[in-house]
Amino acid sequence: MQDSQVVLSLRDLVKRYPGVLALDHVSLDFTEGEVHALLGENGAGKSTLIKVVAGAITPDSGTIGINGQHFTQMDPHLARSLGIEVIYQEFNLVPPMSVAENIFLGSRVGGRWLVDFRTIRERARAIFRQFSIEMDPDTPVRELSPAQQRLVEIAKAVSKNVRILIMDEPSAPLSVAEVEHMFEIINQLKQRGVTVIYISHRLEEVFRISDRVSVMRDGRYVATKATAETNRKELINLMVGRDLTESYPRRRIVPSKVALEVKHLSGNGVNDISFSVRKGEILGLSGLVGAGRTELAMVVFGAAAAQGGEISVHGTPVRIKSPADAIRRGIGLLPEDRKGQGLFLEMGVKWNICFPVVRRISRRGLVDTKAEGVIAEKYRRRLDIRTPSLEQQVKNLSGGNQQKVVLAKSLAAESDILIFDEPTKGIDVGTKQEIYRLMCELADNGSAIIMISSDMQELLGMSDRIVVLCEGQLAGQVGREQFSQDHILDLASGTH
Amino acid sequence: MATSQSFLTSLSRNAGTLVRKYAPLTVLIGLVVLFTFISPNLMTVNNLTLMLRQISFATISAVGIMFVMISGAIDLSIGSQIVFTNIVMAILMARYHVNPALAILCCLAMGTLLGTVNGILSVRLQIHPLIITLGTATIYKGLGYIVADGKNIIGLPESFKVLGQGYLGPVPIPVAIMIVIALIANLILTRTYFGRYVFAMGGNAEAARLAGLNIDKMRVGTFAICGFASGITSVLLLSRVFSGQVFTGQGIEFDCLTAALLGGVSFIGGEGTIFGLVTGVLIIGVLNNAMQLAGLADFYQNVVKGTVLLVAVGFDMYQKRRKVKEASARVSAQ
Repeated sequence: MQDSQVVLSLRDLVKRYPGVLALDHVSLDFTEGEVHALLGENGAGKSTLIKVVAGAITPDSGTIGINGQHFTQMDPHLARSLGIEVIYQEFNLVPPMSVAENIFLGSRVGGRWLVDFRTIRERARAIFRQFSIEMDPDTPVRELSPAQQRLVEIAKAVSKNVRILIMDEPSAPLSVAEVEHMFEIINQLKQRGVTVIYISHRLEEVFRISDRVSVMRDGRYVATKATAETNRKELINLMVGRDLTESYPRRRIVPSKVALEVKHLSGNGVNDISFSVRKGEILGLSGLVGAGRTELAMVVFGAAAAQGGEISVHGTPVRIKSPADAIRRGIGLLPEDRKGQGLFLEMGVKWNICFPVVRRISRRGLVDTKAEGVIAEKYRRRLDIRTPSLEQQVKNLSGGNQQKVVLAKSLAAESDILIFDEPTKGIDVGTKQEIYRLMCELADNGSAIIMISSDMQELLGMSDRIVVLCEGQLAGQVGREQFSQDHILDLASGTH
Repeated sequence: MATSQSFLTSLSRNAGTLVRKYAPLTVLIGLVVLFTFISPNLMTVNNLTLMLRQISFATISAVGIMFVMISGAIDLSIGSQIVFTNIVMAILMARYHVNPALAILCCLAMGTLLGTVNGILSVRLQIHPLIITLGTATIYKGLGYIVADGKNIIGLPESFKVLGQGYLGPVPIPVAIMIVIALIANLILTRTYFGRYVFAMGGNAEAARLAGLNIDKMRVGTFAICGFASGITSVLLLSRVFSGQVFTGQGIEFDCLTAALLGGVSFIGGEGTIFGLVTGVLIIGVLNNAMQLAGLADFYQNVVKGTVLLVAVGFDMYQKRRKVKEASARVSAQ
């Protein structure tokens, strides 16, 4: 490892935004043919760093050294000509165009004015052959699965003679098997001397694929470790900066009567699911991405059509055909995509919190603004929503406070069966603890809570019971006494 | 010296904030000042009354399209709705001697119906309302021409004249109606839960749906309101023109759209105020009126109107982007 050649050398990079130091004198080396994982919490500076390397943003000071040449800044063109390619979390393909066209988009292969379809088709085939990818270059990209689209993006990078490939959360939309296939390709690239910078939140993947791992925190470089010589706990400590012997709040009451019961529920990609959740219980819902957890929540909430099955609320069979029906029955959903599905970003805190009850607090159609103020203030205090005023636009709040506003919406609607979909995603460590405390408090006061989470520690720490889904089916139920990460992962991967 | 300087800087800074916040109003005031110098006749009571009556028709329809725009849709069929309802109402009164009050009710009901059809088609066919209303606009206009059968419909009852041509004290009746409608619309949009729902579905349709809103019903409702508003415009225009002509109301949707956009109503939904809309309509009114007074030909007027639209909306967007940047800087500073 020591004598391999440094291909990318970052020295003292600083990037300052008004009020925040996004990069604080970061120095980091990447060597030829290594897979180098970059870890850090949200806001640690990973994205800023790769954007500096890719030439998307200009650093305030510091240098970027590539193969011995030193630059004080990059631009996208220069970066590309030096063999740097970035694969972003979101797809950057043109859906109606064919695979081959996408791979060679902007690279003027063949003719001077016209696209030479035969050449690009053959070249695309050649790349696929090298990596044993089965794909027809003529297929329009919109007909491909997310995994296949990821492969097209890799092929696109390869077609440009990539030397340094930066992958930002590339596995997010992929299943386990698909991730494996992508890893094989990464290994092939590595053998050809390509340096892969791999950014992921999933520690399992980091251990599986990387040679070295560097950790960032609050815009600063923290440490680089050889992957073989470190472990999960050490990496988490480096990322968080303190020992996180996950402090999940203690529960005070024992779950009582069944609040929500689901029998043989199907639809929206889930099939024959039965489970129940009691008052005062936190039920974890586990599964890999694509297992149908969110899809199940949407059916229960009436946001997607059920194709069969029964739902009972507090012992009474109910028909839930729309979110309005669900809300009327006391079911509340806190969606995973807070900004896209849970909030009206342009509107104020009060406006958002009171939206579900605005009709109830109206007299002859006119909203009672006094009652509105009282309700909003009540939940601002109870949830400790930190905002300069109740009129503040929600888009100006931090992620944690936005999540509290979403929670306040459901509480204002007097929901006592709450579905939290990835409640702590994108939320800083401190606020996470607050969210946990609030969830426990709600359960202790008799609410039934369903928690969907991809964070295994959180799931094990918070749940009284865990239901595991696998490919749209119920894979098992695990009681607290049987909790173990391996057992649940086995169920989730369908390998038991 | 030092204090007066700091006073001046703070004054200019505050003025800057005000200008930014009320960009459309600034444009309006600027135009008025400019044109008052060019043609002193602008600011006479007579001329202002005339101008207000000119814009009152488009304003009422613009209020309707504003509901549709805030909800995140668009209605291009307003003018064609007016063509159709206008002819039908004229025929009812002139040929079948229907009581004017009843004919007015028919016209309003028909306008609401045409709007409802737009809404239902948008919901059922799941096609963007721009395309839906482009289609229905062509259909409504065609139906109007068929019913009119190439004739101007004359012989309307004399009593019907008062709505479009009469006065309430010194105020032309269309202007009075426009004011009442603007006030009611303002109340609905700012104070009722229905108004909240309109903003919600335009601001974030998915969040509104998950909050229990029946988006489809709301969609039909907002289009129906737009149709109702156009029904009112149709009544007033017929009374003003006083004969049923297929050219009445044609193209009015572009004036309405321009006014709404000038007034800061968002094209993608979730934003808009009656205050802004009225400012937008007044800008168009002042431009039209002043250019007529100045003796500019129609062709030049079009170029000027289009330019003002692009400059005003462009400036507004620029300010918004700046505000977003400042806000995100504030958040990251926290």
